[in-house]
Amino acid sequence: MSDISQQLIDQVNSASAAKTPVSIQGGGTKLSLGRATDLTETVISTKEHTGIVDYKPVELIMTARAGTSLAEIDAELNANGQMLACDPRRFGGNATLGGSLATNQSGHARPWFGSLRDHVLGTRLINGQGQHLRFGGQVMKNVAGYDVSRLQAGAMGAFGVMTEISFKVLPKPEETLSLCLETSPQEALALMNKLAGTSKPITAASWVDGYVYLRLEGASKAVRATAKQWRSKYGLTTFAEKKASVFWQALREHEHDFFAGTEDEKMLWKFSVNAAANHISPDAAWAFNWCGSQRWLVGDFSLEELAGHAKSMGGDVQHYSGGDRHQELSLPHNVVVQQLMQNLKKSFDPENIFNPGRLYSWL
Amino acid sequence: MNTALTEQKTINQAKLAAEFRQFINPEYVITDAETQRVYECDGLAAYCELPMITVLPETIEQVQKVMRICHQYAVPVVARGAGTGLSAGATPNDCGVLLSVAKFNQILDIDTDARLARLQPGVRNLAVSEAAAEHGLYYAPDPSSQIACSIGGNVAENAGGVHCLKYGLTVHNIVKVQMVTVDGELIELGNEGLDSYGMDLLALIHGSEGLLGVVTEVTVRLLPTPEKAQVVLAGFDSVTTAGDAVAKVIEEGIIPGGLEMMDSFAIKAADDFAKAGYPREAKALLLCEIDGTIEEVDQYIEQVATLFKKLGATSVQISQSEEQRMLFWKGRKSAFPAVGRISPDYYCMDGTIPRGELSNILTEINRLSEEYGLRVANVFHAGDGNLHPLILFDSSVPGEFEKTEEFGGRILEACVAAGGCITGEHGVGLEKIRQMAVQFNDEEISQFHAIKHSFDAEGTLNPGKAIPTLKRCQEYRSIRAQEQAKPSQSCGHDHSHEEEVKHV
Repeated sequence: MSDISQQLIDQVNSASAAKTPVSIQGGGTKLSLGRATDLTETVISTKEHTGIVDYKPVELIMTARAGTSLAEIDAELNANGQMLACDPRRFGGNATLGGSLATNQSGHARPWFGSLRDHVLGTRLINGQGQHLRFGGQVMKNVAGYDVSRLQAGAMGAFGVMTEISFKVLPKPEETLSLCLETSPQEALALMNKLAGTSKPITAASWVDGYVYLRLEGASKAVRATAKQWRSKYGLTTFAEKKASVFWQALREHEHDFFAGTEDEKMLWKFSVNAAANHISPDAAWAFNWCGSQRWLVGDFSLEELAGHAKSMGGDVQHYSGGDRHQELSLPHNVVVQQLMQNLKKSFDPENIFNPGRLYSWL
Repeated sequence: MNTALTEQKTINQAKLAAEFRQFINPEYVITDAETQRVYECDGLAAYCELPMITVLPETIEQVQKVMRICHQYAVPVVARGAGTGLSAGATPNDCGVLLSVAKFNQILDIDTDARLARLQPGVRNLAVSEAAAEHGLYYAPDPSSQIACSIGGNVAENAGGVHCLKYGLTVHNIVKVQMVTVDGELIELGNEGLDSYGMDLLALIHGSEGLLGVVTEVTVRLLPTPEKAQVVLAGFDSVTTAGDAVAKVIEEGIIPGGLEMMDSFAIKAADDFAKAGYPREAKALLLCEIDGTIEEVDQYIEQVATLFKKLGATSVQISQSEEQRMLFWKGRKSAFPAVGRISPDYYCMDGTIPRGELSNILTEINRLSEEYGLRVANVFHAGDGNLHPLILFDSSVPGEFEKTEEFGGRILEACVAAGGCITGEHGVGLEKIRQMAVQFNDEEISQFHAIKHSFDAEGTLNPGKAIPTLKRCQEYRSIRAQEQAKPSQSCGHDHSHEEEVKHV
């Protein structure tokens, strides 16, 4: 546990004075995400900026330095019967809190519990002028000033070096039970959305390898009664909990066979679309999560072609990992939005030193 | 802005109105004072101003044209939904245009499969749930003004309500916003999916109080209506015991749908008003709602009731019917008007604190209440640490509103000192702009101005609200520092020195 914020400020000031681009890194687990920039930029590492600063379980809020590993956070929460409800991808526990927010990670329960973006309450951030700023706070509700904390989610460090993050945590569920059923993708979409439209304690709904998988979590009586009802009504079968827990983790961590090779040569595409949108190109390699709101596709496709499909499904698509990532990873925004993003980036980072080009070629 | 530019841009009321009337129904371009009177304030009537012109466009193209023209002449624009805000965020600008979205009141689409609703910004919050009910769905955020407040205003303020602990704020329940920029461009942020690639401008728009754009369409997420909801109503002999009971519920791993507290003054007023069957002799009251599946509610409601008894509750009642549950809530939801009956006026504050600070902050509020000689009724979203102290005053007494406002400001500063913030859900508006200087330092305020500049370089969107000028911050801190040179004060330091004040 150490506070190296002054060192980080000094590094930002030097980079800013020299107008040298810097790459912000935490655990270095997400180098395969975002655009490949090929810059030989200096690295500002938050890896040594670690430690849980404040955690009172009864407040359901934790504050930790950005370089704190998710393994450390999980261990502390676990000891208190709580969890990171946004369930970010852990990358073997080496992922840091800062990197998880910068890439807005979230797990299977995203439609019900939200992503890290939804759980963040406050941040400290060093902007391009070397100012160490604080936004939001350690309270559940806070509407004073613009929501700069949530703005960090998914921005891949474009605005500055995050040093500290406060976020909401939740109690662990009393009971977990998983169910599965062999089904076509279109039937899976219909079933997942039908069940998500009922007030049952569902926390995951995925389809992969020809099976739909559902997870129930919460009060024991509710979980058991729902499982019983769904087994008889929809022919779902119980998925042994030990195997299920390995399955859910592998799916979240992209260690499931479906994702094989997608950190290297194979291109992995992530669709964020209307959950109930009709399934397209059924012959390709697909997997669904979040009731179909998140859809993964593996293979060589052009962004333009897929973007057209995504739009017709009410959403967008990104080239998530694998293959050549020098091109744009997501369809360019409308020019007005693009200009707003450039203005906003400049308002935090006037010399354009933080992770230039990582998110978009034009930013 | 230099003089030449100002002159070039100046336009008078008659000319501007004539331009608007070329493309907006002339009836909806209002210039006379009498008709504009209804727009002079929002829910915080202490701040009144007549706009130069009020327009009620009926199409998005009209909104775009209004924005383009106002941008061309650098005329301020204040957008207005239902006008129920409580921070003077929709107070008009006397040299500007008040843009009402009242004509945009249609629910455009309910997608029952994906559980989404596409809404025009003037749709009332409660109307969404009413329309979704036949599909077994509802819209979760429920501010107390939900019967009247509009969804566009909810986005602008990032509105909360009594169910935030479990279901989140507005920002957690919106997937897409369409808005018109200051120069009349129509843009979309977000989509029908959950997390898009890249910069999250959608999050930034929430709670931006109309300073970054005019919302013209909102897509919200709908949730399945819980199978069952039940409320435990418990009386306690002190607010500290009740506060501890809140903590214990959370420690048991239960996240209630709603968890509200009222103090003795508020209990009596609400019970007189709603005849809700509240324990009138109690010093504090907790309302704890559990919702979800039948089994879940049965299990947790029993657990909570047992817990409250064990912790020394003086009375515990479990709602036995939907009517009784609604009655229990009626008392809480009508707490504001109920307090309004026992005092000529009341002023509602909106600070937040870490839950553990509850007892300390209530002690401080009581101390200030004596110092200012003004009574306070406390209503509290206990689950998420959001306080609503209602200061009772009489505006017909000269100087009493000013005194009340100062008292309110001191409460907010005490919240900041306790590790909380000056506003949980009502927004800053004009009302809390001075206290922004207590919560943020100059560098942070400057960053906010830079964000504003990214969207609105000339500062014509809702000017003067939400983010104070640096000069004003410095003046306020200096006044407060002088006041604090007098003994026995605890908050409001110049907070460029972080160690001195717990900075949120």
